[in-house]
Amino acid sequence: MIGLEHYLTVAAVLFVVGIFGLFLNRKNVIILLMSIELMLLAVNINLVAFSTHLGDLVGQVFTLFVLTVAAAEAAIGLAILVCFFRNRGTIAVEDVNVMKG
Amino acid sequence: MISADLNIILPEILLSVFAMGALLGAVYTGKDKLASTLTWVTAAVFLVLAFWIGMTGEGSTSAFGGLLVVDGFARFAKVVILASAACVLLMSEGYMARRGMLVFEYPILVALSVVGMMVMVSASDLMTLYMGLELQSLALYVVASFRRDSAKSTEAGLKYFVLGALSSGLLLYGASLTYGFAGTTNFEGIIAAAVHGHVSTGLLIGLVLLIAGLAFKVSAVPFHMWTPDVYEGSPTPVTAFFATAPKVAAMAMFARVMFDAFGQAISDWSQVIALLSVLSMFLGAIAAIGQRDIKRLMAYSSIAHMGFALMGLAAGTALGVQAMLIYMAIYVTMNIGTFAFIMSMERDGQPVTDIDSLGMYSTREPAKALAMLVLLFSLAGIPPLVGFFGKFYVLRAAYEADLAWLAIAGVIASVIGAFYYLRIVFFMYFGEEQEEALETNGSWVLKGGLYLSALIMVLGVVNLFGVETWAQSAAATLVQ
Repeated sequence: MIGLEHYLTVAAVLFVVGIFGLFLNRKNVIILLMSIELMLLAVNINLVAFSTHLGDLVGQVFTLFVLTVAAAEAAIGLAILVCFFRNRGTIAVEDVNVMKG
Repeated sequence: MISADLNIILPEILLSVFAMGALLGAVYTGKDKLASTLTWVTAAVFLVLAFWIGMTGEGSTSAFGGLLVVDGFARFAKVVILASAACVLLMSEGYMARRGMLVFEYPILVALSVVGMMVMVSASDLMTLYMGLELQSLALYVVASFRRDSAKSTEAGLKYFVLGALSSGLLLYGASLTYGFAGTTNFEGIIAAAVHGHVSTGLLIGLVLLIAGLAFKVSAVPFHMWTPDVYEGSPTPVTAFFATAPKVAAMAMFARVMFDAFGQAISDWSQVIALLSVLSMFLGAIAAIGQRDIKRLMAYSSIAHMGFALMGLAAGTALGVQAMLIYMAIYVTMNIGTFAFIMSMERDGQPVTDIDSLGMYSTREPAKALAMLVLLFSLAGIPPLVGFFGKFYVLRAAYEADLAWLAIAGVIASVIGAFYYLRIVFFMYFGEEQEEALETNGSWVLKGGLYLSALIMVLGVVNLFGVETWAQSAAATLVQ
């Protein structure tokens, strides 16, 4: 029988994978965007699982808001990334280093 | 029912309708030719709304079934946010126009982020909080990378975006756990979920993740790494905006979540916030010493100042919240003046941010150097200027809440921090003469901002312009 704790475990694993993706990745900024998306999806699994468990719809409404905002966030992130690429000609994470200190 | 609810958030509705109307209107008519006018009009709208919110409305009302609450605390924060955003818009118009950066989207994006901030400080539900926060953040990511042709500005935007999204993720994960263990996203419901003052472990994990997400937004150590880069890379008017209104909104939202949703667990979150506070104060004070770029220096200065404001919050009392509100109002006023000066620093029409370039500035512009001296002394918290009273209130609140160690750490950090403010004063009065003189011929708005802010720092010592009593009643509505 699959219960609440299984869903929460999957969500926690996804969330941690997302965070590690943000910090360990040295190659490509697109992977950062994917990691962020992974974190938000982990939150959605959490919310839907809790919503079903509690028999309360608010969690699912929250999920819809999170999905919508995540789409807007990805759009803005990609737009900034395009501007960055035009200036620097690269999107490697190692090259995001004009400012330091 | 619905019309009563809409009435309560009328200022927010008007501002968002204004922003959308201005966007459509400008696209179909003059586009960037309207930018200058639109900036002035937006600032005027901010000021009118600030006046309206400050003058009208008593008591606290909640709308949309407890999703939003408008009380004295929210009104105080909204007035400070609107007034500071208006000042920054007015100051940035001339700067951006002279450098060909002024496009009509700028005031509109600022207006939208201000709507987000107003929702943030009024939120009494995790969903409203998230929507307000994201509206503010998404608009700010775009303004940070406003100079599309500059590598620095786009890099600042990219860094802000990635770390901001990470913090939103942490905050959301905390919110989802809070929802699961409290069974509701409403702050009143969450506070009621604590039985006999005992908060369940799941709720505490949610609380810690929420604090981590919020600490990112107020740039408290150890979640501060984005601040120096974003401050340095963004265009100076945008930096001035980042240093003022969003900080007030994030701080007010922080206090709102802690007291309204987790008011039963004050002893739990108070120690976490005290730790954030002490780390921010020391890192801000020590890391700023090596900085040569004045915008970067102001970033570390704002980290240290956030540490002091968090000290008021860590006290967990009405006095602490009052101290925090007073501190934020003073901090914003000082920063507006300081950034008015930084925006006017230039050489051959190019902006300069190197602090060595201020060498012997006092011989050329004694009045401006004196105003800057007053502001820097006030930022350092040297009595009898107003900045000292801000620090005094938070230190007293911490001391009276049995956090004497925190208050002592605050005094030590402020002494260390005084060094780098005084070093700028040293450069201005005793530094080396520069071969190419620094010019500071900004518009009358920048001069006005600088002199007025310095004047407030001196005249405010009489009664702080009544902010004290106002903050007291605002804090009383939050902490029952």
